[in-house]
Amino acid sequence: MFDFCTDPDLLEGSRWLACYLTTPKHMMFYQSFGVVIALLLVTAPIALFVGFLGALATRSHVAPLRWLGLGYSSIVRGVPDIAFFLFVPLALDQLLEWLRHEVKCPDWDEPIRQGNDFVVCAAAKLPLGSAPQIWHELYGITLAIVAFAFVFGAFASHVLSGAMNAVPRAQLETAEAYGMTRGQVTRRILVPQMWAYALPGLSNLWMILIKATPLLFLLGVEDIVYWARELGGSKTSAYSYPHPDWRLWYFTALLVFYLLMTKLSELAFARLERRFARGQATASGMRQARGGKGGPGAGGSKGATA
Amino acid sequence: MMSCIDTIQAYGLRSIGLGERLLPRSDFTLCDQFVLIGSGMIWNLYFGLGALLLGFWASIGVALMRHSEAWWIRKPADWFVFVFRGSPLFIQFFLFYALFTQLPREGVPINLGFVEFTADTSWLTRAWGGALITLFLNTTAYTGEIFLGALRSVPKGDLEAADAYGFSGWQKFRRITFPTMLRLGWPAYTNEAIFLFHATTLVYFSSFPARQQKGDALYYADYFASKTFNPFIPYPILAMYFIALTLTVVLVYGVAYRRLTRHLPSNRKPRLKIRPQVVR
Repeated sequence: MFDFCTDPDLLEGSRWLACYLTTPKHMMFYQSFGVVIALLLVTAPIALFVGFLGALATRSHVAPLRWLGLGYSSIVRGVPDIAFFLFVPLALDQLLEWLRHEVKCPDWDEPIRQGNDFVVCAAAKLPLGSAPQIWHELYGITLAIVAFAFVFGAFASHVLSGAMNAVPRAQLETAEAYGMTRGQVTRRILVPQMWAYALPGLSNLWMILIKATPLLFLLGVEDIVYWARELGGSKTSAYSYPHPDWRLWYFTALLVFYLLMTKLSELAFARLERRFARGQATASGMRQARGGKGGPGAGGSKGATA
Repeated sequence: MMSCIDTIQAYGLRSIGLGERLLPRSDFTLCDQFVLIGSGMIWNLYFGLGALLLGFWASIGVALMRHSEAWWIRKPADWFVFVFRGSPLFIQFFLFYALFTQLPREGVPINLGFVEFTADTSWLTRAWGGALITLFLNTTAYTGEIFLGALRSVPKGDLEAADAYGFSGWQKFRRITFPTMLRLGWPAYTNEAIFLFHATTLVYFSSFPARQQKGDALYYADYFASKTFNPFIPYPILAMYFIALTLTVVLVYGVAYRRLTRHLPSNRKPRLKIRPQVVR
């Protein structure tokens, strides 16, 4: 990085540290923070969408669809989610390979499960054995995203269906009285109104999602936990920058990173909550309408809860 | 080929090191998987119950500290809760494991002036000690937050009534504030207990090693999934055990809740509701 870093053995003090913290491996470590944030930004909308579908399903008039929605959100919430993070990628991988196997190799006559092995023909492997490394990594990350979306979709579904039930019944009835169909009531009245009620739950969920990202490590993604272990482990003098076991410092850095992330999100959500409360028939919405600036937590006039 | 009774005898207590030493290596039967994963649940129960029991008392202390008027009592508790609730439990496990392994192997000499002894530290690097401490601190922070919220919403009238009866200090806390706080916080505390049990599955997947393959339920489920390459049997078994555990927690806490609210008219009792607080 710096031009004085050519011979690490001659460096001392802060220069040594500056060079140490800018080695190519450390650069990959810093990049992996970006991977975590990117994963959050990709997963959150997908999970929200899945949760939205789940919440709509639990309100459906078609019984099997309703059971599916209810079953999905209660089973996922009853089981440790880490079990799903281990289960979903493996199960999905086998499902996809099995489907491809059925399509691509119809004349294969051996069974798929032979004893303790799962065998499909070479053409059905995902990604193909000959594919470059980058595809293997992308495939792994995609499976991880699906696993996250699956678990957090169930939680989002629970939050959103609660929010949908919280929208005042009278509003929906008024819309029906105006002659709107069920779909129109959902699109024009229910969905725009539910966000104010859903936001506290969703902000909680976002925090949980942030705190779930280190589990990527378990899925074999080279994330911040992987690099913290890799770089922090003690390095003998065979390395250019020998040092004792520094994992404690690396994990402290990760801890600070997560504390910052959650704190910033908390502040952002407080603002958003004030924004969404505007014009709502809730205590803080009424307070804003009355000209007080306050939303939740911002004080405001006392006794304005009527 | 063993019968299922034999399997239970051989592997029922495998997770705590009793019975057959070698895990089954091939021809896994459904019974093998049920028994071993069930055996692993012993650890989940141990971590969960241990952390709950210790954390309950500590969290009341944390809530009272945060409720204090003096900033030098309030601030440390605020920071404690912020750090443990704001960061992932997974990272906390790694951090504490790294911390505990840095302690000198031969123990830490402690000199109290009149007596000198060596504090043994090796147990801290073991899951039963170190992971329990981490889980204990974590649940203390979460529960402390719950109880603080409850403490703040103790009705003013109750406290004034206590004053009118001449209660003060410890007596007022013991007879009025504490029971009311517990009752108000109980539904949220039930959720905390459920998700604490779920969090115990993280222990052997973070940095604490499972010595001699003595692991928890998820450890064995993962063992079977990687050996048979078939996730569709061990994970549903694990799910069944955890759903049963969740229902048991709801049942037990429900009984306690009915006792806490036995004086209220039935239409004023808030219902217990399960809300998400998954990974921490």
